Amino acid sequence: MAVQTHRWRLAWLLVAVGVLVLVVLASVAVGTRSIPVGTVLDALVHPSATEDAHAVVRSLRVPRTVVGLLAGAALGLAGAVMQGVTRNPLADPGLLGVSAGASFALVLGISVLGLTGPVAYVWFAFAGAAVASVLVYGLGAIGSGGATPVKLALAGAAITAFLLSMTTAMLLLDQRTLDEYRFWSVGSVAGRDPDLIAQLGPFFAVGALLALAAGPVLNSLALGDDVARSLGRRIGLARVTAAVSVVLLVGAATALAGPIGFVGLTIPHVARAITGPDYRWVLPWSMVLAPMLLLGSDVIGRVVARPGELQVGIVTAVIGAPIFVMLVRQRRLAEL
Amino acid sequence: MTTVVRTASVTGVLAVTGFAAFCVSISVGELRVPLTDVVPAIFGAGDPAARFVVGELRLPRALAAVLVGAAFGLSGAVFQSLARNPLASPDIIGISSGASAAAVFGIVVLGWSGNGLVLLSLLGALVTAALVYALAWKQGASSYRLVLVGVGVAAALAAVTSYLLTKAQIYDVQEAVVWLTGSLNGRLWSDVRPLGLAMLVLVPMVLLLTPSLRLLQLGDETATGLGLHVERARLLLVLVAVALAAGATAAAGPVAFVAFVSAPIARRLVGSPLAIVPAALVGAVLMLVADLVARELLGTVELPVGIVTGIVGAPYLLWLLARSNRIGSGG
Repeated sequence: MAVQTHRWRLAWLLVAVGVLVLVVLASVAVGTRSIPVGTVLDALVHPSATEDAHAVVRSLRVPRTVVGLLAGAALGLAGAVMQGVTRNPLADPGLLGVSAGASFALVLGISVLGLTGPVAYVWFAFAGAAVASVLVYGLGAIGSGGATPVKLALAGAAITAFLLSMTTAMLLLDQRTLDEYRFWSVGSVAGRDPDLIAQLGPFFAVGALLALAAGPVLNSLALGDDVARSLGRRIGLARVTAAVSVVLLVGAATALAGPIGFVGLTIPHVARAITGPDYRWVLPWSMVLAPMLLLGSDVIGRVVARPGELQVGIVTAVIGAPIFVMLVRQRRLAEL
Repeated sequence: MTTVVRTASVTGVLAVTGFAAFCVSISVGELRVPLTDVVPAIFGAGDPAARFVVGELRLPRALAAVLVGAAFGLSGAVFQSLARNPLASPDIIGISSGASAAAVFGIVVLGWSGNGLVLLSLLGALVTAALVYALAWKQGASSYRLVLVGVGVAAALAAVTSYLLTKAQIYDVQEAVVWLTGSLNGRLWSDVRPLGLAMLVLVPMVLLLTPSLRLLQLGDETATGLGLHVERARLLLVLVAVALAAGATAAAGPVAFVAFVSAPIARRLVGSPLAIVPAALVGAVLMLVADLVARELLGTVELPVGIVTGIVGAPYLLWLLARSNRIGSGG
């Protein structure tokens, strides 16, 4: 029976991957200039230097889609791991100040220390994400009550406000950085440097592997620290590993696409609704569903505001905020 | 009796501190006006340069600080008492974000300024307040849901604001970012007047409603038993508090944490659960001092005051969390 269930689950997951492939094709085909799917495939398989549509596909749409895939998968996984480790249904890199930490460090690097080149930024984004997440979780978890949703959300809001003040101070002294920052901070997958994607690839890979491997440990942690310990789990190590994966994933996604909210928050809940509470399945499902949301939002953003575009961060906020409110209104939430 | 004496003396000390900060704020700057010349200059005496600097530049700015701080302080005090929760201040539950999003829309898309902008941000605040309250409503609006829904709505509104910023010219953006941080830079009489007029109406209303607020703190049933029309009193109080927050936000932007910290500080100073007038005075003193620091900290560059209050206020919120966690009443 169990084998049967696993087979079905795997089959459904493959169906989801199939849907993701369709979304990816749509993301490459739809835009200010619509390109037929046939031409898209042609551009990918037999690129021709003279064909205009091929150039659009290969130099603009493909990098953009890859960014959406990577950032989406990373945010979905990070959200699921955060919710598992904190046992908090409202954990999200945006709400818990991790993205604000990355933003702050990035602006600090560019504006004050005069860094140039993505490689240098990335380390700053990582450091910022790491420091902010440790601070928020540490402050939210002080005392006997543990990290309840309200405490974590408020600690996140406080750290975000604090970091935002410092970020703004630096931006106001430096118009050039402000001009770059306002487009980065809204959260967008468009116009990213292909070299940056390649450089960040290993971080995404390591983060994703660590996160996916955390499934069984997260299942044990869901039963409470004491039970997890008695099941032979090394809780401290598990938490550190999970935190490292979150920092790698969120840091890389933020450096690549800017702070995109609500993806990490909502997707794990959808995954749980589909596959149940088992983290060994929630994690891969989150990894497949989140890029669907991100790329789907990006396509919507390209279509609704023609001839302009809505940045993907706006669309995910518009879709995600109602889901967040719905989650808050569920009674059980308080006890989680 | 002792509470009355303590309230009176705290109020007196706060008023004196506020006046001192007010005078220092007028005296300090590129052209230093000696402290002893400040009051004469306000009334039009002294040398012409000092009279111009004080009368046209520093006095409106200092008055703006007093009015904005007092409005935020009052608004926070009313909200926190109504919800019986120190976290339910307008800047935490998204009301300031609504006012900001509306104002940035006005600046960037409609190109508005002045009174139209004030009305627009008032509208934004009212709509957001209604929205948050309605979304948090489920057989009553628990303050737990109110705070979380407010955080979520604020995050969504922040996305709208940052979208509007990508649509604007960079010069407008710089202006809007200063405004979004909360700033008193370059406030003139034309900026102070609308808020001053609003306060002339709103402050007496708060004072008139304070007895009802005191009754509401005893719980709805007791208040009804004592003859209070509970729903009407609550609605009036919410409207006045939203109007105060919106007016202050329109004049100076969403200055972080002033509404949030003023009332708890006032309550601690007075030692009673309700301290309306002291909260307004604490707000005014905070704004004056923070603005002074923001002006003088970097010498040549004037920072917006919201940066100072953000850097000081966030640790206070965290401290409050840590403390309530330890005594087990947090969340």
